[in-house]
Amino acid sequence: MTTTTAPHHADAPTAEHVHDAHDAHEQSFFTKYLWSTDHKVIGFQYMITGLLMAIIGGYMAYGFRMQLAWPGEWIPGVGFLSSGRYNAFITTHGTVMIFWFAMPVLIAAFGNWLIPLMTGCDDMAFPRINRLSYQVFLISAVVLIGSFFVDGGAFGGAWTAYPPLSSKATMNLTPLGSTLWVVAVALEFVAFLLGGINFITTAMNARAPGMSMMNIPIVVWMIVVASILFMVSVGPLVAGAAMLVFDQQLGTHFFDPGQGGDPILWQHLFWFFGHPEVYVVLLPAMGICAEIITCNARKKFFGYKTLIYTVFATGIISFFVWAHHQFVAGIDPRMANVFTITTLIISIPIAEMLFLFIATLAGGQIRLNVPMLWALSFVAEFLLGGVTGIFLGASGSDIYFHDTYFVIAHFHYTFVPIAVIACFAGFTHWIPKMTGRMMNETIGKLHFWFTIIGFNLVFLPLFITGAWGDHRRIYNYDHFPDLTNAAMQDLRIASTVGLLIMIAAQGFFVWNLLWTWLKGPPAGDNPWQATTLEWATTSPPGHGNFHPMPTVYRGPYEYSVPGAAADFTPQHLPPA
Amino acid sequence: MSFAKPIATLRTSAGLPTGRLALWWLLASEVVIFGGLLASYVMQRLGHPEWAYDAEHTNVWFGAGNTIILLTSSLSAVLAHQAAQTGDGKKAARYLWLTIGGAAWFLVNKAIEWSGEISHGFTITKSGFWSFYYTAAGLHGLHVIAGATAMAIVALDAAKNKELQRVEYVGIYWHLVDVIWIFLFPLLYIAK
Repeated sequence: MTTTTAPHHADAPTAEHVHDAHDAHEQSFFTKYLWSTDHKVIGFQYMITGLLMAIIGGYMAYGFRMQLAWPGEWIPGVGFLSSGRYNAFITTHGTVMIFWFAMPVLIAAFGNWLIPLMTGCDDMAFPRINRLSYQVFLISAVVLIGSFFVDGGAFGGAWTAYPPLSSKATMNLTPLGSTLWVVAVALEFVAFLLGGINFITTAMNARAPGMSMMNIPIVVWMIVVASILFMVSVGPLVAGAAMLVFDQQLGTHFFDPGQGGDPILWQHLFWFFGHPEVYVVLLPAMGICAEIITCNARKKFFGYKTLIYTVFATGIISFFVWAHHQFVAGIDPRMANVFTITTLIISIPIAEMLFLFIATLAGGQIRLNVPMLWALSFVAEFLLGGVTGIFLGASGSDIYFHDTYFVIAHFHYTFVPIAVIACFAGFTHWIPKMTGRMMNETIGKLHFWFTIIGFNLVFLPLFITGAWGDHRRIYNYDHFPDLTNAAMQDLRIASTVGLLIMIAAQGFFVWNLLWTWLKGPPAGDNPWQATTLEWATTSPPGHGNFHPMPTVYRGPYEYSVPGAAADFTPQHLPPA
Repeated sequence: MSFAKPIATLRTSAGLPTGRLALWWLLASEVVIFGGLLASYVMQRLGHPEWAYDAEHTNVWFGAGNTIILLTSSLSAVLAHQAAQTGDGKKAARYLWLTIGGAAWFLVNKAIEWSGEISHGFTITKSGFWSFYYTAAGLHGLHVIAGATAMAIVALDAAKNKELQRVEYVGIYWHLVDVIWIFLFPLLYIAK
């Protein structure tokens, strides 16, 4: 993956050779890979860090799923999982997968790679802020991992960190771990605020000549809107994080009802961020799939403008749904009605987006390559997550389902398509551009099918146990006679087996990466016959991306245009 | 390390300089941080009428004096911008240092005020009001320090007639610091 010099094919422009030769003599390993301001290197840094964190998050999932399937038994690679460690595992799993895997890979890594390349410029608008963003992110990851090794261990109060459990060391028993958790999350926010401002500014201001707002590829739009949503929603939680740290370390009582504070205030601050955060990671995932679906359907994206307006609508409505996470927190039932209605309303634009995807597929000449399989499975699996969300958005049924495994299954049917499926869709689609080499289709398909089968085997049984009343915060069901019948335990074991399949399937991905590195055939500039600007340059793009800089003449998805010479007309091609 | 600005930094597809565009987004992110904090404070304050007794112990004169200092320092930030527009970097730098002086004076006042309050037992743990008081004013104080630091860096460049467009940007940021205080002063000092 590090073959960034030496173009792989003969038709690279001469300027590229000159440029590479010029760069080679002044960059040491340190300045090139660790202290670089090049958006592509920073994109790789985010991607690799995110994937390493995903391994940590996956290890946690392995630990607690083994405990749930075979409670109290010795777990290979983990040992005996005490209740405290179990809590730390579920907390870190949730925190890592959202903040240190989904966000860095979907927004930061793909944003860094795609925004300058797809908008036709040579780098981010602020390359040094970009570098700073990654460095702060790296520190935040180190702080989070470090919290496992302090006195009392890592925080175990769930990724939502509700007080008083999160604010009182007498309750959470992790006096340092809980504060380090808040500090790590706050640093991660800082990194993404820096990165987000950079993404928004670059896409707004640094586009190639001729690229109007409505010529911007969907995935760039999505990452930009996601960055805006993040920026607007996270502010109150930054303030809330400061308040929580003061409660933990200085003895203030912001969230302590006995001393004039209000624990529900934290829930409001958290979910005012937490719900838009779902869309912060969903939108880039949808954007990635939109690019892949339209390219592999060989058809213009159906309703490009409709999609953009739908994204705006989603973004706005996403600020009015947060209290559906708090139906059982004692909020006014009349308030619950309002949030039920807004929650059901937000399913409309999301459903509309999926319809646009399906309409794009209709009548297309579909190529079922590996990225396309991932993108199609995103649509199918996310649909299941969306439909089951209706039960939880309606306050009446949510009171029954709240804190059961039904909730777990529901949001994993949204988050796994987002964080896992869309990431692999993006990797398999753009790795030829990033590395200059094609991946192996057969290994890719094996990876795809085993991951998808494993994933469904993990979470389908949990819908059932959840509907049967299986509570999500229990470490060992042996103490709960109502929940220890054999049928439920069988489903829990099936779920854990699914996870083992899913984890093992990732071996195919590693194998594929190695194969690509060692034996991958050269990709050429445009292996998928795609139209957007990143395919107009070499694979991998050299320093400065384009030589010469491109000019844009048309929209991003001119596929199968009647009368055109080929079934795709790139954005940078001058009109005949 | 020398650093050449990429083409991306110099383009203006949206019709305004990249630095100013980014700055407005930065301000947006700051506004929601303070917005969330102050909204939390107002909601809690409405639920706790007894906090008014705590608020009586705040010193309106210190608050008013600091308001005047901050507003005046914003004036010199504007004058710095005006000087930068005419290309007079040295003059712009002098006005920026004047603004930084205002920031320093503000912080000194704050230190005197806080040490008095703390010595009378009004600490951050005294009550919900004092928790919000120190948190909000403290967060604002951090922004004063950050703004002053940014102005010092820009002033050093401006004195050499370099990056004069940044004089305007730190000025806009300084106005934000100012405006936040305009919200804090009535909410923490006057409302009793």
